[in-house]
Amino acid sequence: MRYVDEFREPELISQTSEEIRRLADPGRHYRFMEVCGGHTHAIYRFGLKDLLPPNIELVHGPGCPVCVLPMGRIDDGLSMVAGEGVIFSAFGDMMRVPGTHGSPLEHKARGADIRIVYSPADALKLARANPGRHVMFFAIGFETTAPSTALTLIRAKAEGIRNFSVFCNHVTIIPAIRAILDSPDMRIDAFIGPGHVSTVIGCRPYEWIARHEGKPIVVSGFEPLDVLQSVVMILRQMQRGEARVENQYRRVVPWDGNRAALKVMAEVFTLRSYFEWRGMGFISQSALALNDEYSDWDAEKHFSIPGIRVTDPKAAQCGEVLKGVLKPAQCKLFGNECTPERPVGALMVSSEGSCAAYYQYEHRKSQLVSIPA
Amino acid sequence: MCLAIPGMIVSLAGDPAHSALVEVVGVRRRVDISLVEPEGIGPGDWVLIHVGFAMSKIRQQDAEDQLRMLTALGETEAAMEEVRGYSTDDTDPPPREHPQPKGRSFP
Repeated sequence: MRYVDEFREPELISQTSEEIRRLADPGRHYRFMEVCGGHTHAIYRFGLKDLLPPNIELVHGPGCPVCVLPMGRIDDGLSMVAGEGVIFSAFGDMMRVPGTHGSPLEHKARGADIRIVYSPADALKLARANPGRHVMFFAIGFETTAPSTALTLIRAKAEGIRNFSVFCNHVTIIPAIRAILDSPDMRIDAFIGPGHVSTVIGCRPYEWIARHEGKPIVVSGFEPLDVLQSVVMILRQMQRGEARVENQYRRVVPWDGNRAALKVMAEVFTLRSYFEWRGMGFISQSALALNDEYSDWDAEKHFSIPGIRVTDPKAAQCGEVLKGVLKPAQCKLFGNECTPERPVGALMVSSEGSCAAYYQYEHRKSQLVSIPA
Repeated sequence: MCLAIPGMIVSLAGDPAHSALVEVVGVRRRVDISLVEPEGIGPGDWVLIHVGFAMSKIRQQDAEDQLRMLTALGETEAAMEEVRGYSTDDTDPPPREHPQPKGRSFP
């Protein structure tokens, strides 16, 4: 039990770990998917796998927005800075994500005007400060960041700021979970539900997973004890033959979510009929676009974008890893051609991508161990 | 982008509307509070911030836990870079491209 000493409540951690062992049926294999990339990072960082019996497998889900964005969308976004006087703005997380002809950072090195912003509100600020230029904001994220983009657009419209547009790549978590459950090569017994997405959408949208799919889902916090307690809650449901939505992260997540956030999203966005997810293909009604009221601020209408589709490098197995069919280290490129320093696939770019997390905490450890004495 | 950064409301600002001065480990920035206003929010309250917008009101204990989590995950610097990157108000110059100041780490 590697990291137990540095946990805040080592006793409670040990007790919970013991309880998991008591509850788990040694005769069966369990596959629980943690949907959120933040959980993936925490699970690797704290070595939580070591605190679970070997028949409980944690499968890493699609909840890393940078990782699921297809390369074609990055190319489309970058095509916009080819225009005169255009400023491309995006969160720092996007800067190293590879496009066909390099990442946004590499485009910047070649002279494109590419700026990091930390908030969509600051992208709008850039537009106010540069009235002679057009500022495009590359919007990305699940429901956690979508309300911020929506509010920024509401302000842009109210102030009549016309030199600002949003390239909307916001995705929604529920259709991705549905796609996973519909996928023939996926066998997931239960879900550890996302924490921060749920502060916005609440717990109700997960009810169909329990009711119609018969799978327990527990919305979880990010502390080691939170994740372990969520596993206990799942196992207890399974032991009683139940499937319910439970909220382990009640201290932050209200059951009904954040109504104000849902309201601004409804005001600005419409559901796309389908959207491509890296490694998962096209998923219907899984992403947001600006509605007609906001079409003047929609970068996809302002610019003529090529609508590029790029398949992942053949050797990279991002899709299989993303769906939990392969472990990161089972990909042929892992640790060789594809590393956090030189990522080939998007799962290696973000610290919440399962490959980067695995590389940082597991791969290095195994490299150290394998050095002959 | 996916970081949830805990901060304490220092004062409510009338201008720009729906914003507050928020302190995160000694760094003060203006943050949009529109989405937590319906819950009732005032100086001394703690919030979780995503990309410059307060998304939920939390207890002080949970804020401290979240700071510790960010430290444990090695994301303190990224979080502080994000907070410093928020420009403070509308009269400010637009955000710097490469905010570099070395920050204090979380306690």
